[in-house]
Amino acid sequence: MKYAYYPGCSLECNAAAYDWSVRAVAEVFGLELPEIDDWNCCGATEYFSQDELTACAVIARNLALVDPQLDQVVAPCAACYLNLAKVDRLMAEDPKMGQKINEALSAGGLHYTPGRVRVRHFLELLHSDVGEERIRQKVVRPLTGLRVAPYYGCQWVRPFKEIDNPEYPMKLDELLSWVGAEVIDYPVKAHCCGGHMTQISEPQAFELIRRLLYSAEEYKADLIACMCPMCQLNLDAYQSRVNGYFNTNFKIPIVYFTQVVGLALGLDMHRLGFGKEIVAARPVLEAKLQAQAAAPQS
Amino acid sequence: MIAPGHTQRGAAFLHEVISQTPGGERLLHCLQCGSCGGSCPNGADMQYTPRTIFAMIQADQREAVLSSNTMWVCVSCYFCTTRCPQKVPITEIMYTLKRLAIRDGLARHTDAPALAKTFTDLLDRYGRSFELGLASRFYLFNKPWAMLKMGPLGLSMFTRGRMALTPTKIKRIDQLQAIIQKARELGGAK
Repeated sequence: MKYAYYPGCSLECNAAAYDWSVRAVAEVFGLELPEIDDWNCCGATEYFSQDELTACAVIARNLALVDPQLDQVVAPCAACYLNLAKVDRLMAEDPKMGQKINEALSAGGLHYTPGRVRVRHFLELLHSDVGEERIRQKVVRPLTGLRVAPYYGCQWVRPFKEIDNPEYPMKLDELLSWVGAEVIDYPVKAHCCGGHMTQISEPQAFELIRRLLYSAEEYKADLIACMCPMCQLNLDAYQSRVNGYFNTNFKIPIVYFTQVVGLALGLDMHRLGFGKEIVAARPVLEAKLQAQAAAPQS
Repeated sequence: MIAPGHTQRGAAFLHEVISQTPGGERLLHCLQCGSCGGSCPNGADMQYTPRTIFAMIQADQREAVLSSNTMWVCVSCYFCTTRCPQKVPITEIMYTLKRLAIRDGLARHTDAPALAKTFTDLLDRYGRSFELGLASRFYLFNKPWAMLKMGPLGLSMFTRGRMALTPTKIKRIDQLQAIIQKARELGGAK
């Protein structure tokens, strides 16, 4: 299977661990991910706050650049995913808007027909296209005993309701259980990390982050597995600031779900980008996986 | 469709919001149930919850709505949108209110417009976002004292190879800029 790959800006550097682990896991299952040539930033939520038509045109350029041979695009970042999917739908549902977007694209010699490419998140590829059976077959290091909090965040789960349950999604839970992890029933799994609120208003952002960390700790999670670079950044990089602000002592590693899956597939930890997270995941992983290796096999 | 009576009764602002929001006509169906505010992770910090905002829009209270903090506290989590029994595209309406507030100089109580402008200026210039450039410009011009607190965070990101010191520029930046220019003309923005 071959999909156009839209990594998004975060995956170039800050979320390189996500990019590396997506590529490494994709290789195991024979998923080819040729990058969209010369893709541009999706504008996050920032362009929509200022100018709707420009926001849509900037996003649509990426859809228009997808290799004509391919009919699916995969974005690992939930914010990029939503922007691409949203513009594709908007162009289909509002032909007048679609026409304006194409008029803007034509200034760059491009055109996009809504519905031409299907926008997917990498989780969907593993969960639906690869599927349970093939994933289970490739597990060489089942993560037995590793308590993982599956964290979906917002923008893959909502506003579109057909991919998973917008209130209580399950696909990431299922995927992680297929690789042997002990998936906790994380009550806040589709709650918000605050997005760019960390830059705008710390008290509000820190409270949202605190709720997510608190719940994971209550459920004795060894780590949180996320599927968006913004969620990872907020929960990981701001964890010590949150601790300072609330006088708490959270120390929960925040990794990408692809890193967790890659670990079970027996891939090298460095290749999966472990070590790039600020709250180190290695100690808990080594403790749990060694304990598992030492335990008698049933 | 908008009933003619609405505009005749002077709810010009209602018409403005509807015309600038994809699916905005659903606003006419708001039941004032309050599911939106109850679902909002930041509802408690809003001057007016979305339910109140919608009543104010119907009452044509343009300036009070656009100078409130409501839309700036919205984190685009879409809980309200998926829970609204009347399918009002609430998050999209919040984006519309942000755009109108910025355009009319009514955005108060928030650094969000400055962050958004810094973000999109970098996008327009390079075609990619540039985190270090974004953070340094945004903090320097808006809250320089906060840079001190950000220092250790920036350093720990840098030592883990998670912060690029220079921006990446796309190859066909001219093409992107031509598209942006055209979109602005078509959308009536400067």
